[in-house]
Amino acid sequence: MLNDAEVALIAREVKTRSGAVLTREMGGAIELRLMPLARREGFASVHELIGAARIRADQALWTAITDHLALSDTRFFRDRQLFEKLRTDLLPDALARRGHERIRVWSAACSTGQEPYSIAMLIEELRQQGLNPAADIVGSDFSERLLVKARAGLYTQFEVQRGLPIRKLIAHFEKAGDLWRISDRLRAAVAFAPHNLLKHPGALGQFDIILLCHVLSNFDPETRAAVVLRVADALAPGGAILLGEDETLPEACEGLACEGGVVTRKDSARAAA
Amino acid sequence: MKRCLVVDDSRVIRKVARRILEDMRFEIEEAADGLEALQACRRHMPDAILLDWTMPVMSGIDFLRQLRQEPGGDKPTVIFCTTENDVAKIAEALKAGADEYMMKPFDGDILHSKFAEAGLL
Repeated sequence: MLNDAEVALIAREVKTRSGAVLTREMGGAIELRLMPLARREGFASVHELIGAARIRADQALWTAITDHLALSDTRFFRDRQLFEKLRTDLLPDALARRGHERIRVWSAACSTGQEPYSIAMLIEELRQQGLNPAADIVGSDFSERLLVKARAGLYTQFEVQRGLPIRKLIAHFEKAGDLWRISDRLRAAVAFAPHNLLKHPGALGQFDIILLCHVLSNFDPETRAAVVLRVADALAPGGAILLGEDETLPEACEGLACEGGVVTRKDSARAAA
Repeated sequence: MKRCLVVDDSRVIRKVARRILEDMRFEIEEAADGLEALQACRRHMPDAILLDWTMPVMSGIDFLRQLRQEPGGDKPTVIFCTTENDVAKIAEALKAGADEYMMKPFDGDILHSKFAEAGLL
């Protein structure tokens, strides 16, 4: 069983690397999640793993610990209203604004990939409705472990039954043993890239639509505002950031406005008016 | 309160589904095979039907095909709940008139998700 000092140390190291806030009450859950890593690294317990992380100079164990504590709670088409808004307004508006250029969409904390693949399905459906949407979809997460699964596009039966209507399942997936594999077409439609939201997203380019859903609650209030402002730097003119259901714009996000979970730059809102 | 008919030859599955669906504020009726389910529908057409595939007396797919021919039988939202997980079987169920399809094993989260996708929540 991890003691309070060990949990505090893990919390400090994880916060430095990913910004995620871990509390003392999470000690049991932290130990459970780190047990597979401890075994893989040849330690008899998480206690031993933490002891080794303390004295290793290369920080590799802390990186792996942070990665293993990354949350993977996601699902296809999470937040139905948000995806409906994307389908009816935001994607068609962005396509119209861009004319013949490709629009760019970023799923900024994509975990195991369900969110960017849901966007790819929406765009595929717009294509079937006669529109000609050309879009680049980027999914990013700081956890390389989660990105490996996202890139593979392989999901369990439980995962494909959460949020994914059956007609979409049989249209876009095929059976692969006990798992379901997303189609090569959709897999090719999403580019996955590692990105830590504590860093500036400049290298990823600019985006018309950014999904920043269900990730801000992992941070402390100060970090939340800083993350939103950094992400907003990647907004193309007229672009929007989408927050998850029931999420609001943190305080101290000057220059941004939020209505119904859609965050825009105040100057572009004025320009549109 | 919406009514849901739970059709499964396993008493355990019926009990589990009943508990979850009652928490979702559905009124529950149970049937152990397709024929019992058809008789229940003729008495009172439910809003939703949670339907197993493989059952004695009358299978879920045969029940569904007959149900859709009955007066008012186009009304209930039918969600298959079965161990059948081949794409061909899923397509067959949709062609026969199923609205949604869930594969066993399931949990409350999946049941909730499927009922939401079928427009029942």
